[in-house]
Amino acid sequence: MAKDGTRNRPLSPHLQIWRWGPHMFVSILHRVTGDGMAFAGLGLLLWWLGALASGPEAYALLTKCMTSPLGYVVLVGISWAFFSHMMSGLRHFVLDIGAGFELKANKTFSILAPIMGVVVTAAFWALLLLR
Amino acid sequence: MGNGTSIGRVRGLGSAKTGVHHWLLQRFTAIGNLLTGLFLAASFVMLPDLTYASVVEWLARPVPAVAMILLVVTTFWHARLGLQVLVEDYVHEHANKFACIAALNLAACGGIAFGVFCVIRLALGAHA
Repeated sequence: MAKDGTRNRPLSPHLQIWRWGPHMFVSILHRVTGDGMAFAGLGLLLWWLGALASGPEAYALLTKCMTSPLGYVVLVGISWAFFSHMMSGLRHFVLDIGAGFELKANKTFSILAPIMGVVVTAAFWALLLLR
Repeated sequence: MGNGTSIGRVRGLGSAKTGVHHWLLQRFTAIGNLLTGLFLAASFVMLPDLTYASVVEWLARPVPAVAMILLVVTTFWHARLGLQVLVEDYVHEHANKFACIAALNLAACGGIAFGVFCVIRLALGAHA
């Protein structure tokens, strides 16, 4: 792709052309949360496991960072990305078996997936903080 | 089946048969992520607290240790497949694309190795 002489050819319509709908939103959200977790989530997972294997001092540093205000933003963000990606991923499983393509059902699932992601994230933190 | 043009050489042979491999692996690892991710989330909620002693005692047990090893493998594998699609969508220059995919494979394998090693080290008694 992008050989000399092809750079100025017209592009197919992209985000700024189409009227936004929930299907478009949930699809983009799936990629953003997935790729975001690939860097931040897996990085934190390795830090967590590495700190546990390294000893109490390394774990204390992790705890200190992650219980700061910014740390809580990161933790809530990663947990939200996890549950949102899970919900839109479950939507993908439904679509993969050939179901849920009727216009109304498809739109309903597209709206429900991100909402359920937020709801489950809130429930997770409620359980975590109220135990 | 002809042997002249490129389309003539492949016409009538059906699909390449391996085209769905990436797609299927993305689904298989997604199922793995779902199970092991929920296990981790439920464990966070059910542990009495998240102090060093509590978490290490939990992680050293056989079932959580195996679950965390599987979690590391399935999530890094899934992320590697997902980021590959991201690279293929947005990195068009061949050399850059090759470099990105190569770096991605190194990072994914390194991440899996580090995570699995940490869990095994704890499960086999370090700091217990």
